[in-house]
Amino acid sequence: MKNLAQYQEWFQACVKCGACRATCPVFKVENQEGGVARGKIALAQAMMDGEVFAEDRLVHDLSQCLLCGSCTNLCPNQVPTIDIVAAARMKVAQEKGLSGFGRGVATLLTHKKAMDWMSKGGDLASRLLCRQIPETSGLRLRFPVPGIPNERTFPKPSFKPFLKRDIRQTVSCSASHRVLFFTGCGINYLYPEIGEYLVRILNFMGVHVTLTDEQGCCGLPALSAGAGDAVETLAERNLKALKIHAFDAVLTACASCYGALAGIYPTLGSGYQPFAEKTRDVMDFLMDMNLAGRLASLPRSEDRIQVTYHDPCHLRNHGLTRAPRQLLAALPQVDYVEMTDAATCCGLGGTFSVHHYETSQKIGSQKAKHIAQSGAEIVATACPGCIIQLQDNLNRENIPARAAHLLELVCQALPVK
Amino acid sequence: MISEKMIQALKEICGPKFVSSHKTDRILYSYDATRKQFLPDVVVHPADARAVSRIMALAHHHRIPVYPRGAGTGFTGGALPVCGGMVMGMSRMNRILDIDQENLVAVVEPGVVTGDFQKAVEALGLFYPPDPASLKVSSLGGNVAECAGGPRCVKYGVTKDYVIGLEVVTPTGDRIETGGTTMKGVVGYDLTKLFCGSEGTLAVITKIILKLLPKPEAKKTMLVVFDAIDGAAKAVSAIIREKIIPATLEFMDRRTLDCLRQTAGLSMPEAAGAALIIEVDGDREFLDKQAQRILTVIESLGVLENRVANTFEESEEIWKIRRAISPSLKKLGLEKYNEDICVPRSKLPEMIRRIETISDQYNLPIVNFGHAGDGNIHVNIMADKADAEQMAKAEHAIEALFRETLALGGTMSGEHGVGIMKAPYLSLELSNESIHYMKMLKKALDPHNILNPGKIFPNAVCPLPGEIK
Repeated sequence: MKNLAQYQEWFQACVKCGACRATCPVFKVENQEGGVARGKIALAQAMMDGEVFAEDRLVHDLSQCLLCGSCTNLCPNQVPTIDIVAAARMKVAQEKGLSGFGRGVATLLTHKKAMDWMSKGGDLASRLLCRQIPETSGLRLRFPVPGIPNERTFPKPSFKPFLKRDIRQTVSCSASHRVLFFTGCGINYLYPEIGEYLVRILNFMGVHVTLTDEQGCCGLPALSAGAGDAVETLAERNLKALKIHAFDAVLTACASCYGALAGIYPTLGSGYQPFAEKTRDVMDFLMDMNLAGRLASLPRSEDRIQVTYHDPCHLRNHGLTRAPRQLLAALPQVDYVEMTDAATCCGLGGTFSVHHYETSQKIGSQKAKHIAQSGAEIVATACPGCIIQLQDNLNRENIPARAAHLLELVCQALPVK
Repeated sequence: MISEKMIQALKEICGPKFVSSHKTDRILYSYDATRKQFLPDVVVHPADARAVSRIMALAHHHRIPVYPRGAGTGFTGGALPVCGGMVMGMSRMNRILDIDQENLVAVVEPGVVTGDFQKAVEALGLFYPPDPASLKVSSLGGNVAECAGGPRCVKYGVTKDYVIGLEVVTPTGDRIETGGTTMKGVVGYDLTKLFCGSEGTLAVITKIILKLLPKPEAKKTMLVVFDAIDGAAKAVSAIIREKIIPATLEFMDRRTLDCLRQTAGLSMPEAAGAALIIEVDGDREFLDKQAQRILTVIESLGVLENRVANTFEESEEIWKIRRAISPSLKKLGLEKYNEDICVPRSKLPEMIRRIETISDQYNLPIVNFGHAGDGNIHVNIMADKADAEQMAKAEHAIEALFRETLALGGTMSGEHGVGIMKAPYLSLELSNESIHYMKMLKKALDPHNILNPGKIFPNAVCPLPGEIK
C-alpha cells in the first residue's frame, strides 16, 4: 500500500477552500473541523511533519471518516481524501499498533476458516454479533466485535455460506461468456440469496457463472481499519487463487468489493491491473447485455410497487449511477422514484459505524427520512453493507419500507421457465 | 501562552467539550483559504451571546487576542490567528431564529450557512440574494464581517445592503444592538453599516437581522461569445443603457477561454476573444422578451455566437462553464494569485488592456474573469512556485495591478477584504488621514487591540508575541 509520505504532493493540492464542508456526511452531523476532509489533510500533514503523534485525539479525528469519497467528487482539485485517510490510519497502526477492533477485523478477514466457522455457528455467531454473549465469554475475545451495540439489528448469518451451497445452473459452462463471481463476505455469509439471484439472472441471460471457494475477503474492511498488511495479503491471495485470465469478466454484486478490486488493487502494483480491468459491477454488465431491453419488453404489471434507489458510495465514485436506475425503470413490477440525496452515504462506512455508532445512526436517520419522503416501499441498492445499514435505520425510525438488493427485484421479474 | 486557570474559566463558560488547547484542535483552526497557517493557543466554541460576552470580558482583562471564525473560507486571512491567542468558532450558534413573512425580515445566528438560509427562505417564496461562491459552506456571520458579494450583486447589491440590524459583543465584552427590524431607522449613528465589512476587528457578531425580497418567479440564462473583450465590455454598458439590469453578468476573457479549451474541453470558436454569461430574472412572461431585447442591442458588438437556455438543464450547462474555470486554472499547475479588483464598469475594457500590459511586462500569464456587471474582476496572476524569480515577479505584478486599478478610480478589493493579504498595500488606496481615522476608531472600541489583531492595517503589531507556523 502507498504510505502517507507518498501523498505529500496532494497535501499541497488541498487549498483549504472548505468546499468539502458542503458534502461531508460526518461534518453535517458533527459540525467540527476535525470531521471534514480539509481538517484531516491538515492533520495528515502535521503527522508527516512530526508535529502530532498517534495519540487518542488524532486517532479519534482520523476515525471520523466514512471513506465515502463525496469530498473528492466536490473538490476543485480532486484530492483523494479517502486514500490519505486510509494511509494515515495505517501510519497510526504502525506507530501504535492496530486497535483491538482493527486487529479483530484483520485476523478474522485473513482467516477464511474462521469466517466459515462463524457462519456455521449460525445462531451462535448471530448472538455474538448482536452482543448477547456475556462480556467474559472467550468467544468474544477470540472474535472481538466491540461497539456493535445491543440495539443494532443485524441479519442472522446464514447457516451455510453461499460458496458452500450446491448451486444448480441452467446454462453450461461452454457458453459464450465466461464470468467469475466474486461474492465477497457480505453475500457469502450474510445474504447468500443475493448470490442465488445473480446466478439465476445470468443464467436467464445465457451466461454460466463460475463459483469458487478459493476467493477470500476483498480487503476493504481491513483498509478502513488501517490494516494495510492485511489488505495486501488478501489482495495477493485473491490474485493468486482466481485464475482471472480464463474469464471475460469478474463480476461483483457488492459495491465495496467492486471498489476494492477495481479501485484499490491497481494501487498495489501493476500485476493487479488486469484484475481491475476485468472487474465489472453485475448491473453494469447486465446493462451491456441489454437486460433492460428484455425487461422492458415484459408486460407491465397491474399493481406495481414504488421503489427508490440508494447509490452505494463505491459505485458512485466510479461513475456507476445510471445502470441501476435504468434497470429499475425497466422492471415491469416497479414504479421507480428518485429520492432526495440518493447519492449521500448511508453512514455505515466500514469500521466507522462500529467506532461511531451514534453518528452513523444520525446519518442513517436522515437517509431513512428521505426514503420515507419518496413514498417508496422498497429501497433498492447494490451493496450488502448498505442493506444492513439502511434496514437498521428504517427499523429504528419505524418506517415500513424495506431495503433490498436490486438483483432481488430483477429476479422477481424474470418469467418463470 | 494561555494559563491553565484561563482554560478552566473558558471551560466553565463554554462547557468543557467546547474548549481545547490540544495540538490537533490548534492545527484544525490554524488555516483558511489563504493556505497560510498560524497556530492559536486555544479554540473555543461558545453557545450563545452571553458566553461570547463573558469570553470577551475575560480576554479584554487578560489581553488575549480573539479571532472570531465562521467557516474559514476567506481569501485574505480574516480568520487567521496571526498573533496566537484564542480562535472563537461560531459554528454552534447556527439557528435561524425567525423568518417573518409579513415584514420580509429574518433573524439568524452568525453560524448559519448562507446556502442553508437561502434554501429555507426560498421554500417560503422569499429571496436572500447575496451569493458568494462559497455560499454552500460559508456562514452568514462571516459574510457580514467581510461584506461578501457574488454574481447577483450587479442587480441586488452586496451583503450590507441586506443587513438592517445586528447584535454584537464589543472587544470589551459589552453586548449591544444596532439597527432593528424596520426598513427605516435614523436614530443615532449607523453602527450596523460600520460593523458590516469590519472583518471581525471591531465586534463579534452574535445575531443578524436580514431584509428579504420576494423570490423572482423565473430566470433565463444565455451565453454570448464575442470576438474581443471590447465588444463584451460595451455589451455590458449597452444592456444597462437599455434599462435592463440582469441578475448576473459574468465575463471570461480570452485567456480564460483558452484555458477552458485546453483543460476542460470547452468547444468555442478559436476567434473567441471574450464571453458573457447573462442571466435575467423576474416574471416568466417578460423574460423571453427581455432576452430578445438584450440580443438585439448587443448584436453589432462583434457577437460570434449565442446560446439561450430554454430549460433548467440548458441553463446548468452554461453555468458549468463558469464553474469549470477555477478547476481548469488549477490544472495549469501554477501558483495562482487571486485578486478581486473592482473598477467602474465603463472602465472594464481599459482595465483589461492594462492587465494585459502588466502580463507582458512581467512575462506572467494573467487570467481574468468575474462580475462584469459591477466591474469586479477576478485577476489570476499565475506563477511557477518552484521558480523564485517568477514568484518575486508575481508580487511586483500585484502591486502594479493595484496601482492601475486605483488610477482608473477602482478599488483593490471588491469582495475579499484586506485581512493580512492586502494590508501591505492599504496606503496605496487610502490616504494617511483615512487610515488614521480608522485606527482611532479601532482604538476607541478595542483599546488593547485584542479583537482580530494584525489585520487590515499595515505593519500591525501583535498584542502578544504569536507562534507562527
